Amino acid sequence: MCGIVGLFLKDKSLEPQLGSMLSEMLISLSDRGPDSAGIAIYGTPSGSEAKITIQSAKPEHDFRNLDAELARAIGTPVNIAVKSTHAVVRTTPDKIDEVREAIQALRPDIRIMGAGDVVEIYKEVGLPEAVVDRFDVRSMTGTHGIGHTRMATESAVTTMGAHPFSTGADQCLVHNGSLSNHNNVRRELIREGMKFETENDTEVAAAYLSSQMAHGKNLGEALEGTLSDLDGFFTFVVGTKNGFGVVRDPIACKPAVMAETDQYVAFGSEYRALTKLPGIDNARVWEPEPATVYFWEH
Amino acid sequence: MPAINVSTALDQSHASRVFDLAEMPLRELNQALHNLTLGSNETAWEVLNPKGSHSVAVGVDQPVTIDVRGSVGYYCGGMNDGSAVTVHGSAGPGVGENMMSGSITVKGDASQYAGATGRGGLLVIEGNASSRCGISMKGIDIVVHGNIGHMSAFMAQSGNLVVLGDAGDALGDSIYEARLFVRGKVGSLGADCIAKEMRPEHLELLQGLLDRAGVTGVKAAEFKRYGSARTLYNFNIDNADAY
Repeated sequence: MCGIVGLFLKDKSLEPQLGSMLSEMLISLSDRGPDSAGIAIYGTPSGSEAKITIQSAKPEHDFRNLDAELARAIGTPVNIAVKSTHAVVRTTPDKIDEVREAIQALRPDIRIMGAGDVVEIYKEVGLPEAVVDRFDVRSMTGTHGIGHTRMATESAVTTMGAHPFSTGADQCLVHNGSLSNHNNVRRELIREGMKFETENDTEVAAAYLSSQMAHGKNLGEALEGTLSDLDGFFTFVVGTKNGFGVVRDPIACKPAVMAETDQYVAFGSEYRALTKLPGIDNARVWEPEPATVYFWEH
Repeated sequence: MPAINVSTALDQSHASRVFDLAEMPLRELNQALHNLTLGSNETAWEVLNPKGSHSVAVGVDQPVTIDVRGSVGYYCGGMNDGSAVTVHGSAGPGVGENMMSGSITVKGDASQYAGATGRGGLLVIEGNASSRCGISMKGIDIVVHGNIGHMSAFMAQSGNLVVLGDAGDALGDSIYEARLFVRGKVGSLGADCIAKEMRPEHLELLQGLLDRAGVTGVKAAEFKRYGSARTLYNFNIDNADAY
């Protein structure tokens, strides 16, 4: 089953509430997937910093002194904010690749959840409410975000098997469905130089989009490509640094409903996820058409 | 949270029994509806704050009216056998699934597989219906004021599907014997579904359905009829190589 949500704010005054709105949306879909949950929040761009969200099974051990060791390794200070099993490492945009490599060299057990100028990604095994509480998602500010609650079908119930999947800077994706040609597509992407962390089908979809965008396509064009290149069932909700997109496969048996007002665009697997949004009673509410790309950019 | 407005319900010609799903669990509503027996005085029910709840008013088997004030999730009115449900909002997947008799009216849109496997009764969607509307229908009558999505009436067995707007791709794929009446365009016909002649008995049947669904200003003659070519009824030995 799985439940997915997305929220793209048009009204800046709602930005301080992004985390709480998205959290409520995801929690309302808890019974669509009890295995694990995750959320990606796109914070307000600062222009001068980039961040990497990291995760560890032994945070007390792995995060201890990491800031000092990283600073020594790259020759400039970094800031690390620990949140439970995750931590956000902040540096300057030009140092991001160097920091990433240094993290992997210093702490091989740390997993990179995602990186970019604005995105932070939190995901763990457990129900949405537990995940939201653990990472204090409700207090987070941002411009847009996506979330997922998982009922696993294609790969193991682990932190790394949870969504969102991020395979490019500020890019991430959540998926309801299952892909049938993901092994083939993964092989092709590996040949292209993409790296994979899991055996998961959704990671392949995320990497496919990253690859398409790396080749110069915009979000809409990349999503269009999924309709011919990915086989299986899917409703994808995708975030980029300034964009938000939705696409459903041509059979469209995975549920989806969207709402738009002057203040936001929202996506939910079910209408239940949208009922607490401001002005929902007067929103334009519709079911996204099969094989049709929807996307918005700031 | 809005206060329960009981007075609104009481203003009607007779008192409704009001269930506010913001205050009470869905299970209590459905249990109360299932407890109804023939001749009960509680013939009018009103459901507030459905907020996308699943399975609102499923399995009701008494001739009561149920007004649902808002949008519902999966399977609203499923297995309905005699009640008249009105959804004053939109409906999620599977509204009226396996309806036996009675009626369900959705004032807004309906999601996937509206009226799936329905055996009787009347399902009216005043907005659009999504994909697989009337899939495997077995006697239900469905009237959609707007459009319907792809794969509608897939393997439909009997009953009538009336669409005032357009139909999506693969209409009536592998259809057995249901009658499909579409006023607008059809994206494409599914396997073994063909356009058929509209004879006087069909015009009469369709006019009756339009009247029952409260459709005015639309003539039966504006529709085209589609149905089964009946070539899939039996295995054709010439196709053996295809398997």
